[in-house]
Order: sequence, then C-alpha cells, then structure tokens
Amino acid sequence: MTYEEAIFYVIAAVTVAGGLGVVTARNVVHSALFLILSLIGVAAVFVLLASEFLAIVQVLVYGGAVTILILFAMMLTRVRDIAGPMDGPQRPIAALAAAVFLGTTVLAVKETEWRGNTEEATVVSIDQIGDVLFTTWAMPFEIASLVLMVALIGSIVLARGEEGE
Amino acid sequence: MTFLLADNVWLDALLRMAIVGMLVPVGVILLTWVERKVIGRLQQRLGPMRVGPYGLLQGVADTIKLLTKEDVRPDSADRPTFELAVFVIVVPVFMAAVAVPFTSDIFVRNMALGLFYFLAVSSLGIVGFVMAGWGSDNKYALLGGVRAGAQLISYEIPLILSAVAIAMLGQSLSLYTLVELQDDTPFIAYQPLAFVIFVIAGLAELYRQPFDIPVAESEVVGGPAVEYSGIRWSMFQMGEFVSLVLISALASLIFLGGWIWPFSADNATWLQVVLMAVKTSAFILFFMWMRATVPRLRIDQLMALCWQILLPFTFLQIIINGLVLVYEWPDWTLTILSGAAAIAMGTLIYRVARRSGVLYQTSGATQRVGSVL
Repeated sequence: MTYEEAIFYVIAAVTVAGGLGVVTARNVVHSALFLILSLIGVAAVFVLLASEFLAIVQVLVYGGAVTILILFAMMLTRVRDIAGPMDGPQRPIAALAAAVFLGTTVLAVKETEWRGNTEEATVVSIDQIGDVLFTTWAMPFEIASLVLMVALIGSIVLARGEEGE
Repeated sequence: MTFLLADNVWLDALLRMAIVGMLVPVGVILLTWVERKVIGRLQQRLGPMRVGPYGLLQGVADTIKLLTKEDVRPDSADRPTFELAVFVIVVPVFMAAVAVPFTSDIFVRNMALGLFYFLAVSSLGIVGFVMAGWGSDNKYALLGGVRAGAQLISYEIPLILSAVAIAMLGQSLSLYTLVELQDDTPFIAYQPLAFVIFVIAGLAELYRQPFDIPVAESEVVGGPAVEYSGIRWSMFQMGEFVSLVLISALASLIFLGGWIWPFSADNATWLQVVLMAVKTSAFILFFMWMRATVPRLRIDQLMALCWQILLPFTFLQIIINGLVLVYEWPDWTLTILSGAAAIAMGTLIYRVARRSGVLYQTSGATQRVGSVL
C-alpha cells in the first residue's frame, strides 16, 4: 500500500464516520457538527484527486457557510436529546426509498466503465476551470445563479411580511 | 526561490510547520503586551509597567498564569462540543498561516491558490464560535455565538469579493505572483475602494472594536468565551491575535506590494523582512487605534453596513474592474473610478452615521426602518 492509499483510507474512514454520526447522533446539533466533519473529509478527497480548487470551494461553501446556517437554525430552537429511534408509519416507504437509492448507486458503479489506473493525476488549473465554466457550461452556470436569485427574492418577500407593518 | 530546510520533503514540511507552531505563540505573547501598551497610551494611561522593564514581561507572566489556572467546565455544558470548540477556532488560524508568504523566501508553502485558500480556511473558525456558544449552555454564550455566526458570515462576503477584485487585476490567486506584480505600483493605487472595504471587513472578521458585538463585555459578557478559563480561554486570545497578524500581513501583501514595493523585486532578504514588518505593523497599529477610539456599533447598524453599503460597493468595484480589463481602458481609469466610488461610499457611511442617532424618527415618508438610504 502506498502512502497515498493510506492517506486516502484514513480520510475515507473519517468521512464515513462523519456521515454515520449525522444519522446516529442523539442530538441534532451533534448531527450538524458531524455533517461538517463529513463534508470536510470530502474536501480532503478532492485534494487527493489534485482538484485543489474544488476542495477549497467545498471548505468555503459547506464548511464555513451552509452548515453554519443549519447550526444557526437549530441553536435558536430548543434542542433536546432524542431518546430512542424516531419511528413512524412511513418506515416501510423510507426503507424502500433507501433500498432503491442503494440499488441505483451500486448499479451505476458496476455499469460504469472505469478508466483504470493512471500514472499521474491530471491537474486541472483554475484558468481552465474558469474558461470552461464561462464558455462551454455558461448556460447551466447562469441557470444555477437564476435559481439562487429566485430563492433569495422569495426569502426576502417571506421575511419582509406585509407592507405597512 | 524555494529552499528546503531538510533534504526529505516530509521532514521539510514538518520543520516548517514546527517553526510556525513555535513562532506564533511567541508573537502572540509580544502582541498582547503591545496592544495593552498602545491602548494604554491612547487612553493616557501607562499600560503594564510592573513586570520587567516597561512591563515587557507582562505577557510572559500572563501566559504562566493562564497555563496554571484551573480548567473550569460548567456541569451542564455539552462536553465534547465545549472542549473541541477552542481547537476548531485555533487550528484554522494556523492552517491559514501556512499560506502567507512573509518574504520572497520565508514562507511555508507557496500555493497557486494561496489567496483563496487563506480566505476559505479562515472561514472555518466560525464553526468554533458557534460550537462554543452552544456548547457552554449559557444564555450569553449562545447569544454571542449567534452574533458571531451572523457577523462573520456576513462580513466574509465583502472580504472575499474585495480579494476577488485584486485577483481580477493580477489574474492570479497566488499571493506570491500578486506581490511580484506590484513592483511598480501597489494595488492600493488602482483599487482604493477594494482596499477600504477589505480593511473594514477584515476588522469585522477579527471581531475587534468597533465590531466586537459577538464578544461585547457590556452586552454578552464575553460572548462565546464566557464559560472558558485558563488555557482554553487563552486559545481564544491566541486565535484573535494570530488572525490580527495574518489579516494585516494579507492586506500588506495584496494592497501595499508586500516585500517589493517601493523598492525593486530583488531586495536583500533583510530589507524584505523590514518592509513586511513595517507594513504589517502599520495595519496592526491601525486596528489597535480603531479599538481604542471608535465606539461599538449596534447589531442592526452592523448588518446594515455590511449588506447595504459594503456589499453593493464591492460589486461596483468588480464591475469597474471587469469593464476596464475587458475594454482595455488605461490603468489610470481604474484609479479614478475606484477612487470616486470610495469617496461616494465614505460620504454615504458618514451620512448614515450622522443620522444614526435619529434612525427611527422617520424623516420622510419613503424611509424604511433599518435602511441606509
């Protein structure tokens, strides 16, 4: 086992442990903190794949911003520890959905023709990412911004309330 | 350009990290003394005088006191969150230190995405404040944590976008390249608006007066740090001071020409060190000066300043840069446009600040509560 592999397995273990923590923690704030751990683990995987830019974006957006907002919402509500598993009549449906998702993922992994081993990782520079993002993939990029814009305006309308309050 | 401290790459990295890890606490001990002295003088006091000549050893004495103090943890605190929070605050600061080059050959790692890495990693510290606030199981800590989260997330946006303006100008995200581009003129001459925004947002990211809302003694009695004592408390202090140095160093690198301006690119190392030390200290002293003279903002004023003034003007700076770069207008147009926008922003802040005492006595039918316009 090369040291890259060793590092990868350590990172993967941390990421998966974080993911498990999210669903098994008794306290929702702990779940959110485990989520941060897991997302940062993903950023570390990106570093190993020689995509530093993606890794930094992952840390900036998920580590420092999105999860904070989740934590924020939970801190302002009174969080209590959950005593046992939370269960309901939807349990079989949830199990089915999970099984279907797992099946799809496994199938996708099996059906994909993997390129196999490469001698060296392809380093994509930030210039190339920028070029491609704003030329070839400009349309999806713009649509994504439009969706965010709609969400932003929607939240402002909701938060502002009725005129003349 | 790069020299190895040891022939093995791993050993070299370890050595460099060890140097950062040892120099930083020493710097912090010195800086606490400088801060107390500077603020003391500004308030016509002597500052620390008892321990050592001119109180120079005060920082050492404080460190020994903090290290030997009992580590108190509230009974109802959430133990793992409470104890891990301080590390989540301190570790990102050290990680950010890795990316900052201090001279052309004194640095830990010269990264192609150094500027971006610095800003991304420093944003992780917010998690620590939120954890400390929630984990302490204390109303004031929780309020402080929420305030810290809101303030740091908000001010991160103008901070990052003003750095984006610089990256546009230099066509690079490497701090090293950005400095090398400033051998003639520092970027502050082309981007006065981005500079002003960076300094204001940087000051807010450091949560020092006038932006010390998350830790304000008279409002939330120390905020997230209220339940911490001894060595854990000193970690908050360390995080704050190291960030102070790093933000100052970053500002001198990307706006004031780092170790090059006003001399040439092949300065002797000692001259580079002096240049960086002078520029960084100037920022640090400026931040301390602000702390001693400007009163604290209210939370609504803080948010209004960020979202209604700084952010639109940052976008304006980016649009100006885009226009000038795409249409290849001469360099001086950048100075004029950005300078004019900076003056406009200053005027707006001045008008709002003058009016802020009577903010809620609506002067006209169109004025909305909380709006700066």
